[in-house]
Amino acid sequence: MRRLPKRRAVPRTAVRRPLTALAAGYLVLLALGAVLAPVLTPYDPAATDLDAVLSGPTAAHPLGTDGLGRDVAARLLYGGRISLADAAVAVLTVLVAGAGTGVAAGFLGGLPDRVFTWVTDVMLAIPVLVTLLVVLAVVGDHRIAVMVALGILMSPGLARVVRGAALTVRNEPYIAAARVSGLPDRHILVRHVLPRVAGPLIVQISLLSGGALLIDAGLGYLGFGARPPAPAWGSMIAEASAVIGRQPWLLVPPGTVLALAILAFGVLGDTVRDAAAAPAERVPSPPRRRHRTPAAAASAPDAPSTALLSLRDVSVGLPAGRGTTTVVEDLTLHVDRGETVGLVGESGCGKSVTARAVLGLVPAGGRITSGTVRFDGLDLTALDPAALRALRGRRIAMISQDPLAGLDPLWTAGDQVGELVRRHHGGTRAAVRGRALDLLRTAGLPEPERAAARYPHELSGGTAQRVGIAMALAGEPDLLIADEPTTALDVTVQAAILGLLRRLQAERGMAILLISHDWDVVAAMCRRAYVMYAGQAVETGPLPDLLERPRHPYTAGLLGAMPRRARRGEHLAAIPGAVPDPAHRPPGCRFAPRCRLATAGCREAPIPVVEAAPGHHTRCVHHESA
Amino acid sequence: MTRLIARRLLVSGLLVGVVSLLTFLLQAAAPGDTARTILGDHYSPAAYARLHRELGLDEPVLTRYGHWLAHALRGDLGTSPVSGLDVTAQIASRLPVTLSLTVGATAATALAGVALGVLSAVRGGRLGRAFDVLALAGYALPNFWLALVLVTLFAVTFPLFPATGYVPLEDDPGGWARGLVLPVTTLALPGTAVFAKQTRDAMLAALSRDFVTALRANGASERSIVLRHALRNAGVPVVTLVGLTFIGLLSGTVFVEAVFAMPGLGGLAVQATGQHDVPTIQGVVIVFTLAVVTVNLAADLAYGWLDPKVRSA
Repeated sequence: MRRLPKRRAVPRTAVRRPLTALAAGYLVLLALGAVLAPVLTPYDPAATDLDAVLSGPTAAHPLGTDGLGRDVAARLLYGGRISLADAAVAVLTVLVAGAGTGVAAGFLGGLPDRVFTWVTDVMLAIPVLVTLLVVLAVVGDHRIAVMVALGILMSPGLARVVRGAALTVRNEPYIAAARVSGLPDRHILVRHVLPRVAGPLIVQISLLSGGALLIDAGLGYLGFGARPPAPAWGSMIAEASAVIGRQPWLLVPPGTVLALAILAFGVLGDTVRDAAAAPAERVPSPPRRRHRTPAAAASAPDAPSTALLSLRDVSVGLPAGRGTTTVVEDLTLHVDRGETVGLVGESGCGKSVTARAVLGLVPAGGRITSGTVRFDGLDLTALDPAALRALRGRRIAMISQDPLAGLDPLWTAGDQVGELVRRHHGGTRAAVRGRALDLLRTAGLPEPERAAARYPHELSGGTAQRVGIAMALAGEPDLLIADEPTTALDVTVQAAILGLLRRLQAERGMAILLISHDWDVVAAMCRRAYVMYAGQAVETGPLPDLLERPRHPYTAGLLGAMPRRARRGEHLAAIPGAVPDPAHRPPGCRFAPRCRLATAGCREAPIPVVEAAPGHHTRCVHHESA
Repeated sequence: MTRLIARRLLVSGLLVGVVSLLTFLLQAAAPGDTARTILGDHYSPAAYARLHRELGLDEPVLTRYGHWLAHALRGDLGTSPVSGLDVTAQIASRLPVTLSLTVGATAATALAGVALGVLSAVRGGRLGRAFDVLALAGYALPNFWLALVLVTLFAVTFPLFPATGYVPLEDDPGGWARGLVLPVTTLALPGTAVFAKQTRDAMLAALSRDFVTALRANGASERSIVLRHALRNAGVPVVTLVGLTFIGLLSGTVFVEAVFAMPGLGGLAVQATGQHDVPTIQGVVIVFTLAVVTVNLAADLAYGWLDPKVRSA
């Protein structure tokens, strides 16, 4: 029942969009014009006037006259009676045939549903127009019968949509409960199924109305419409085509009226669909002001000038609503050559965005808004895209979080490793293949030929991650960014992959920036780690110091949240609350609302970074008690 | 994959059978019959009875369907009671026209649509919004009306192309191509924007997947990411769209052949409808249904070729 208000949301959204109001207004005008035609025009649509043939627009005939001197405007107005009525018959038929069977099939399930599915499958493959011609050939110009036939031929699409909606409702627990408690089916249908089906139904009906109008006009054009001289839009186009060389203008009025009507139905359908798809309420995120914190930034630990990678006061903004949201703020960190550094935090704290920022691959629309990223003496924020591209793979590489999603499902493992080998080293086909197989072997796959021939869906998670590692190694990078490399894997496979990364690092002198939320992984791999919270680095220090003597309550909380590290007899110190939304971060210490040590001072102004112990920095004024 | 195809073939055969049965029943249930159509308005009851018997119309409808089906399976779709011509032969002589139109227009739509869709996915922004508007226009404009506008512009005002007619390919390839320009454009124009829009959406979905980030991060070339990886992953929706386009255009030819006076299957169907020539139109329906079924089968094969997961299933 939670989605019921949607029904009221539809017209309100519709009114808000001027295009929609325009479309609805146009259709109402057409219908009114058809009904009120005798009042609106002094002309008889069938009255010929051979003195005013093909006149073009004049004062007497605002839309001109046709080949027999009949007033085009009058014929359009009266023509609406036939064309709109035809379409209405077809659409009503669709409603009865399609919605009725769809609701029944979806709601009853079982055999009726299977029969329904089979019949609609068959009907969807029937060519509508020529089948309609068969009907025409058989019944002649019996317009209502033809339009009913059109309705039946058009109904399977709508019937399926309705069935789907009805099926969803049927499977809701509250409906099952209602049936068990003896609520009559009729009541369930009217109160629960119909409201849910209404949205998709209206979308389909408006699209089908346009379609019916189009086919009706087509039949009229082919000469199977209303009997002359009765006007209909399709036959008016046919009449215009006969005098196309002498008065091409005649094509314009019926074509425009018809196309606009079809368009209007399309716009209405789109609106209803959008209204149904939109979330119930949209909270506009306020434009975020950047408050620079020079004091805090200035005391951030400096990177040694020999660092391989160093980020200084880096902020990353992502688009949100109309403004941008700063998801990473004034982040300073460095990774030395051959060093493994951890980046730890809950999901949503900005770890992955940081990784992507280093690679120059901030998600669409986002960018580094301030600060510098230096890699081996190069300022990456100042590099042009081509230079940055040249760096990726060869100097900095990445392995992804979900190893299977990180591989293209349509190419074999060998293809994908080979592509990167060819890109970075070139060489003959055989050389590329040999090198790719070597890489797979290096990544710990004992039978590289077999792995190379496999598609991603044939690989286990661990094997896929080894393929991902082989791809990252193809360019012999100096820095590997490993974004939660083992999160998606089983515990035993995790250990093997970590072992592999440690070995590769030792053999190749490759630095690793290891992003993780798992302290065990970080403790096993890293000499140093940064703890991130809500876009900021809140603590950094050497391991195992960081584990044994955390200087920030967030770090302490994270450690405590791991059952294995909670000491016997001590409460599991899980952190209450959740990471604040980037658009609504507290002004003072970001962690204050969840912190048991927080005092009034913590909530007022940003907290500077202090060196609590040699090489151990924290963004907490209470670090002695943390 | 083999089993999948076998099942599809079976369903397709059933489908053609069901469609033919339905049209047969429809025709049998209709007032008036073939004997009356042949005899015209004035005839003696004796002549009617004789013809009725000769045509086998006094047999039960399912028996008659059985006869028809037995002949149809051997490629004999009967004789037109109006023209006396063999239906199969008539369809065979008109098939090249309709195929030229639909295959040409489908190819034009797909090539232009994919090219524009990829371009707008990579270059983004304004091009995409233009397609939204054009797709809406293509959806709303009746193709026979568009055809007439094109004729007015490019055959009457500026006589660049013939307004009507069809030149067989084997007679004069140049004339064949020139004659196809306007009808194929008519058929292809509305669908191209829709195709471009859908290709763009599929490309953007593919480009936002994890493996694209992984490939970029590890230095794959942008060209390869777009063409080898994203486009191929966008292939399944695109192939579906090619099939749907072809099927949609098949119906569209009925109108376009009428505008351009082309002797194709659509024209045959319209002419037969006007003359209540049921066997002929029934033959056209069967051929159209066969075309739909074949295209759907081809699409299934293409999915297998595109997606290793389907291939090994």
